[in-house]
Amino acid sequence: MTAHINRESATAMDRRGFVKTAAGLTFAFALGGGLNGRFAEAFAADTSTLNAWITIGTDGTVVLLCPTAEMGQGVITTLPLILAEELDADWSKVKTEFAPAIPPLYGNPHPFFNGAQVTAGSTSVPGYWHSLRVAGAQARRVLIDNVAAKWKVPAAELTTDNGHVVHAKSKRKIGYGDVVKFATVPKDPPKIGNADLKKPSQFKLLGRADIGRVDVPLKVNGSAKYGIDVDVPGMLYATVREAPAEGAKAQVANADDVGKMKGIAAVIPLPFGVAVIGTSVEATQAGRDALKVTWDMSASPAKDFDSDKAMEAYAKLGQDRKTPARTAYKVGEVWDVLPGTKVVEANYTSEFCYHAQLEPMNAVASVAEDGKSAEIWTGSQFGALIAFIVSGILKTPPDKILVHQYYLGGGYGRRIAPDIGIQAVILASIVKKPVKLLLTRPDDLAAARPRPMSYHVLKAGIDGNHDVLGWYHRLVAENVSALAAPPSYEGSGGDDLIGWRGLDQACYDIPHVLAEGVRANNGMRVWPWRGIGAGYNKFAAEAFLDEVAAAAGKDPLALRLELTKYNPRANAILKAVAEMSEYSKKRPGHGMGIAFSDYHGTYTAGVAEVSVDRSSGKITVHNYWVAADPGIVLQPNHVHGQLESAVVFGLSAALLEQLAFKDGAAQASNFNDYPVLRMADIPPIHTKVIATDNAPTGIGEVGVPAVAPAIANAVAQLTGKRLRHMPMTPERVKAALA
Amino acid sequence: MTTFAFTVNGKPANVEADADTPLLWVIREHLKLTGTKFGCGAGLCGACTVHVDGKAVRSCQTQMSEVTGKKITTIEGLSHNSSHPLQKAWVAEQVPQCGYCQSGQIMQAASLLAKTKSPTREQIVEHMNGNICRCGTYPRIVRAIERASKEG
Repeated sequence: MTAHINRESATAMDRRGFVKTAAGLTFAFALGGGLNGRFAEAFAADTSTLNAWITIGTDGTVVLLCPTAEMGQGVITTLPLILAEELDADWSKVKTEFAPAIPPLYGNPHPFFNGAQVTAGSTSVPGYWHSLRVAGAQARRVLIDNVAAKWKVPAAELTTDNGHVVHAKSKRKIGYGDVVKFATVPKDPPKIGNADLKKPSQFKLLGRADIGRVDVPLKVNGSAKYGIDVDVPGMLYATVREAPAEGAKAQVANADDVGKMKGIAAVIPLPFGVAVIGTSVEATQAGRDALKVTWDMSASPAKDFDSDKAMEAYAKLGQDRKTPARTAYKVGEVWDVLPGTKVVEANYTSEFCYHAQLEPMNAVASVAEDGKSAEIWTGSQFGALIAFIVSGILKTPPDKILVHQYYLGGGYGRRIAPDIGIQAVILASIVKKPVKLLLTRPDDLAAARPRPMSYHVLKAGIDGNHDVLGWYHRLVAENVSALAAPPSYEGSGGDDLIGWRGLDQACYDIPHVLAEGVRANNGMRVWPWRGIGAGYNKFAAEAFLDEVAAAAGKDPLALRLELTKYNPRANAILKAVAEMSEYSKKRPGHGMGIAFSDYHGTYTAGVAEVSVDRSSGKITVHNYWVAADPGIVLQPNHVHGQLESAVVFGLSAALLEQLAFKDGAAQASNFNDYPVLRMADIPPIHTKVIATDNAPTGIGEVGVPAVAPAIANAVAQLTGKRLRHMPMTPERVKAALA
Repeated sequence: MTTFAFTVNGKPANVEADADTPLLWVIREHLKLTGTKFGCGAGLCGACTVHVDGKAVRSCQTQMSEVTGKKITTIEGLSHNSSHPLQKAWVAEQVPQCGYCQSGQIMQAASLLAKTKSPTREQIVEHMNGNICRCGTYPRIVRAIERASKEG
């Protein structure tokens, strides 16, 4: 499933145009035109190199490209399905392939990315939706126009159906593959307006529960290819004892001894860790295990970082109003109105979370003899970033770096980071041979790019009518965008669009809101994680909202319905989840908690039913209900699956997951000391999807944020005690109940 | 180095390896059967599950010295054309997301159905609890096993 590169045949094309080749008709266009900053400059040379999004073969086969990474969220099916819908293609004849990493052509037009070709933030569908529909419709129009000319009938009399152009009047129809045999391509692509696009009621492919994901059959018989499965002739194997922090320097006591072990070719200390290179995985892993390494942390900005002590420092930054903060969201003047209200205050915290993607980080790299071009085979959420950085290292244009995309054995944000692809290239350029770099689980943890630890200061003011008049939320955390999205961070002057997600209260009718971010800067390598900032910000905000409800003497559901009275979609989703869970029905010995999330434009609400073992402190979730409105539902069965799985992910984060750091290093090495939720801990999960005619929004992460606050709210309803520290481990629950 | 003779997916295999080499790497890198996955290297996640003489084992914790003369089955050898009831049920329930754990999940489940035709939900959970699915497809895994036990 490698990227399909066809640079030669497409060089003379306009930014959007068709090409007739012996094999068929191709349609190419460039999406990433709005890209600013250094990525665009770096890839500027590529804008004349167009690749075909759509290729219709003379045999009727249609090849559609998927520009983003497939990590289980479904895009390798969904994005081509959008193209196929407007093209009116025969889905059984569609093949899907990954597009190569060329942002000017395949970048995501979503405003969150401004043309970067990155798979993150549940933005693939909303970002590409309109462009792909237009493209599919344009290609369809070209086929129709060709048949109209050939048959000498008005184009308006022609329709399409399942890969055929149809002329009902003369009862003639012709397959797309046959049209392509005589088709000529127009100088300019046809104009397609919104009125030319199908209405959801006209969809034949989108919205069908019986259309399965194209990758599923490959994932039940072992044939799906992941980065770890790549085999390049002549390659050496490598593993890296990863440095626990940036700037940590390895001191290896036995490099010579390990170098003499069977199957070991070299032991190379490098700035990112100690590489062990050899002729087999088992040899390099044995070599890695035998290494005696101490880390000189003196040059590392993270050297003194202990999670517990850092949280105390975060608290000081949070509590001191003079700490410089950047505004994340503001309406009205909260500081003006709070003094006249009944003020509720609380602080919330959360710990670092590790992605725990089951496929350990890996990449295969090969560098040309002259060092001026390279190929990388990997599953990446941001292959273009790997290409960009590697081009800088090799001092060569980015189009000389070819990143072959594979399935991702879990991404969740970890595979946005380019680190391992870069390390593989460096190793390949040192040993002058292709290198397959595969981390062990302990090194995957040492090289963790976790969700940040967070400290939250919340204040709310309740007025004389028992209404929420003002809301203040200050987040203290390392800045994710500074590391994972420097152009966004720098361009905004220091904002953290990733880590601040979920701080706003855009769906709630609160007249005065201020949300702000304080950057803790201790050199921690924080990165996006399924649900990004909404994961911890919604935990704090939605749990605190229940505290506010209690102070205002209101039911948590009633307050949320009141706050969303001007937002029909939010209001409807809250009502839906309340109804399906019978939220207001009392369950003896069990607590019910509700929470809402508008993460990335998809309206979701969750209800948790819990009990608490007071002697052990263990929370048991007995049921979880989730309702979501993602607009137009493109793949209903898959949407339910994504919601269900996001709830599992959210439960794991809410109850279990914390990656502690000591002296700058992660204090876990495998799934024994970084447990994730297993099957025995999964409650019945009830999903409801409400389709609306709004443009589709993302679904991969949206079920995560409401889980933790729903649980905290359920525990509070049951016990009267408020859990303000995530994860809500038995120890913390016991302490809260004591 | 020793030559180990065993059977993989019904075909004889002779592999030169050290006695303590994990079976996982012989399957993946020597025999190029990459459907079996590496997750933790410590028997904690189940991604590397294969059958040795019909029993589900963690191939990362199985040494070559233990497999001489044994019959090994990997996901590639579970059936022809993905026709095992579990594979069909996995497709029907659209179980996999990232899919990385699913070979191990299916092999683990196959060893359950081989001895317990109609497992209870409790039996399923007990048997499957060692296999991590980080994406969170557990509910669908359970449904697929239940479907396979009915339709198999």
